[in-house]
This record gives sequence, structure tokens and C-alpha cells, in this order.
Amino acid sequence: MTTETFTDPRLEASLRDLRVAAPPAVGFGALVEAGLADRYAPIDTPLGRAFVAWNGRGVSWVGMADDGAAFARRFGEEVGRPIESAHAPPERLASAIRRRLDGDRRVRIPLDLRGHTPFEVMVWMKALEIPRGEVRPYGWIAAEIGRPKAVRAVGSALAHNPVPLVVPCHRVVRSDGLIGQYSMGGADAKRRVLAAEGLDTRALEAEASAGIRFTGSDTTHIVCNPTCRDARRVTPQHRVTFPSLAAARSAGYRPCLHCRPVSVAGAA
Amino acid sequence: MDTDPALAARLARDVEAAFPSLVADHQDRLYTIALRLLGDRRDAEEVAQDALVRAFRAMRGYPRERVATLRLRPWLASITVNLARNRRRRHDDRQPPNQLEPMLDAGFDLAADGRSAPATTLDRRETKRELATALLTLTPAVRAAVVLRHVDGLSVAETAEALGRPEGTVKAQVFRGLRELRAALDTAPEAPTTTPSHMRAARLVPALEAIR
Repeated sequence: MTTETFTDPRLEASLRDLRVAAPPAVGFGALVEAGLADRYAPIDTPLGRAFVAWNGRGVSWVGMADDGAAFARRFGEEVGRPIESAHAPPERLASAIRRRLDGDRRVRIPLDLRGHTPFEVMVWMKALEIPRGEVRPYGWIAAEIGRPKAVRAVGSALAHNPVPLVVPCHRVVRSDGLIGQYSMGGADAKRRVLAAEGLDTRALEAEASAGIRFTGSDTTHIVCNPTCRDARRVTPQHRVTFPSLAAARSAGYRPCLHCRPVSVAGAA
Repeated sequence: MDTDPALAARLARDVEAAFPSLVADHQDRLYTIALRLLGDRRDAEEVAQDALVRAFRAMRGYPRERVATLRLRPWLASITVNLARNRRRRHDDRQPPNQLEPMLDAGFDLAADGRSAPATTLDRRETKRELATALLTLTPAVRAAVVLRHVDGLSVAETAEALGRPEGTVKAQVFRGLRELRAALDTAPEAPTTTPSHMRAARLVPALEAIR
């Protein structure tokens, strides 16, 4: 090459003049994708309008709030990352959430559960296995994750579920069969969500307060949690009830392999 | 704003803690590079954001020493240029490049300097519009060299590093690019004195909508 020292100060100045500021969405979007900031939008739920927050790692928070600003404030206090409102979740996420709320357990929803303990995450992942319209006692979760004595810790973990509805902590009820508390608005809200899933909560609670913990079929001799889909297929004339798993066993019943009923210490 | 080595040192200590500073320092230049390479604002937004995210993920996978010695300006530029090239290839399969938007873009993103005489502002807008459009007529290799060297302001050595080309090649490409830009501007139709640029731009909008 020749020593081309072609310079054109005016042209070069004009080229420098082509610099522009990035729209704010560029930098914030990068932080969101990196999981260092979040966006949120309203979603429709059985409880009415709720808000969902997400970032590049997954859904990070679900909650009820009077408005978006209140939700963002709460998120800031609890999670501490910057958050901005969006019109709607990304379409894939929105449709996955919709399908999950409609009862499709196969749909995968990525979750961002950083900052929570492995025990809490185990509890939440177990709650995800409970089918729509069915409930299990806290003690069931404790037994299933191999910590049968940690019933109280299970209750505490479920109370701190950052993604209610997406992780169905509402399907976990008190070991005495009563509905129990719910972070999305108390026992009444929990009843409404369960009713929206097709569960007759009044009948469930009436049986629970009558001391019924398990039901079985006198044709199969299988004992189930009362809301198990297998138990609900049993016709009234073949349905038998038990106050405890021990009572069922001594009557010759074996536990259902689908709902895996467990005896719950102290509550039966 | 950190110097690059200071920022790289902070990133090496804790990528997550220092990444917001990297975003604040580099988002405008990466967006500018993408916009001047592609000529489309939406594409440029996506490419700039994607470049930042890829940088973040790459740094999380690198050993500390490697992050600490990154030359951030050319490194981030090279990620952006590569993403823009991929995006352009995808576009070329679909449609001819849209040359109306960059013209509008260059004419209207300028924060008008209220003190300057209207004619001066118009001149400056005309120049920017014509120049942004002329850039898009350069071959991609030459365009990338000119954009990194003279729009972004990298040195010849940094431009060569970012593009993975010898410095001599970069110098030749920049030389050729400036010459072609000069020629394009000299032969561009004179800025009309009768129709203000914003009115001409307004007439372009329906055409632009029709293309979308």
C-alpha cells in the first residue's frame, strides 16, 4: 500500500457526528437478560389481576398488588433488583403461564429462584407435582422430600413461595385437612383458587372436620388422599373413609401409588 | 466512567457487580455501531442488547485473568460487528436493505441546537442523513472499518483487532471508504432550498409504512 494519509477532517467530524444515544431499552434489556434486573406485567389469574416479574433466567416473582407501582415497590424491598414495567410478558412465557394456570403440568416455566435455600426449592418443586384440583397435607411434602419431621419448615417454605399460582402452594393444606393460610390473600383466596380448579372445598373441609383423613374403595382395597383423582372415581356405595392410615392398613388397605398417602404425625 | 482496564479489573473480580457499569459505559457506542452498520433502529437495538448479553455470558465463562486483560472497546465492538453481520445475512435472504429509515433516523435523532441558525441545523441534518445513507452503500467490510475507525473512534490497531484483519488492510479499507463517501456526498443532489428536510421526510413516512 502507499502511505495513504488521506485525511478529510470535515468528513471525519461528520462521521463522529453520527454517534447516537441508545434507547433506554437496550441497556435495561441487557441487564434483564443477564438476570440483574427484571420486568413485570399484569396477568389474569383465578384471583383476578396479579403481576408477574421475570428476567433472562425465568419467572422471579408473582404477587397481588393494588397497581404496578405497588408491586414494583414490594419487589424492590423483597428482591432488591431494579424493575421496570412492561406491556406483557414475552409471548412464550405468557402462554406457558396461561397453560400452567389452566392445569397443564407438562409445560415448562423457567424459574429464577436465586437467593432461596435448597430446602425451599425442594418444597416448591414437590408442590409442582400435585395435580390441579387436588390437595396434599404439609406432612405429605415433608415425607416426599425425605424430611418427614420438617412439617413446620415445609409450611414456612410454602408461605415464602415467591411465585404463587405458578408453583401451586395453594394445593398444600393443613395436615388436619383444613385449608390453611395463603400468601395471595388468606384462606378465602386459597378456596377460590382451588374452587376454580374444580375442587369442592366445602365438602373437603366438612369431611376434614368430621375426622376423615383418607378414603378408599372396598372393591380395590386401595386407600388414597381424599382428593386423589383415583379416589374421586369411587362410587358412593363403594367409598370407605378412614381417620388414619393405620386404620386403613389394619383394615387391609394398601396405599395408592399415585397419591402416596402418608401418616402425618400428631395430626391424624 | 471507568477506564477500560479499571473496568476490566472490576469485572474480573465480580462480573455481576460490574456489568451494569459496562452497560452504562458502552451501550451508546454499541448501539451506534449496530445502527450505522445495519441502518435499522429496531435491528440495532436487538444487536446492541444481544452483544451486551453475550459479553456478560462470555465473561462469566472466562478465567479471571482473561477477563482482567480484556481490551473492552475492541472486544465489545467485535461482538457487535459479528452479530450485525449475522443479522444482515438473514435480512439479505428476505428483502433488500431498507434505505429510508436510516435517512429519517439521521435527520431526526439530532437534538436540534436551538441557537444555531436554521440553515446551519438543516445543513447538519442533511449531512447526517446523506452520510448515514452513503455508509450503507459501502461494502460491508469497508463499512465496518469506517464505522469502527471514524464513527466509534477506535484506533487503527483497535479496529484491526476488532475486525480480525491486519492493520494494513484496515488502513486501506478506511481509505477506500472515506474516498467513496466523499464521492457519494459530492455527487449527492444538492440539499434543496425550497423543501425543508422535515417535510421531505414526512413524505417518506407513508413509503416507509408501506415497506414494513
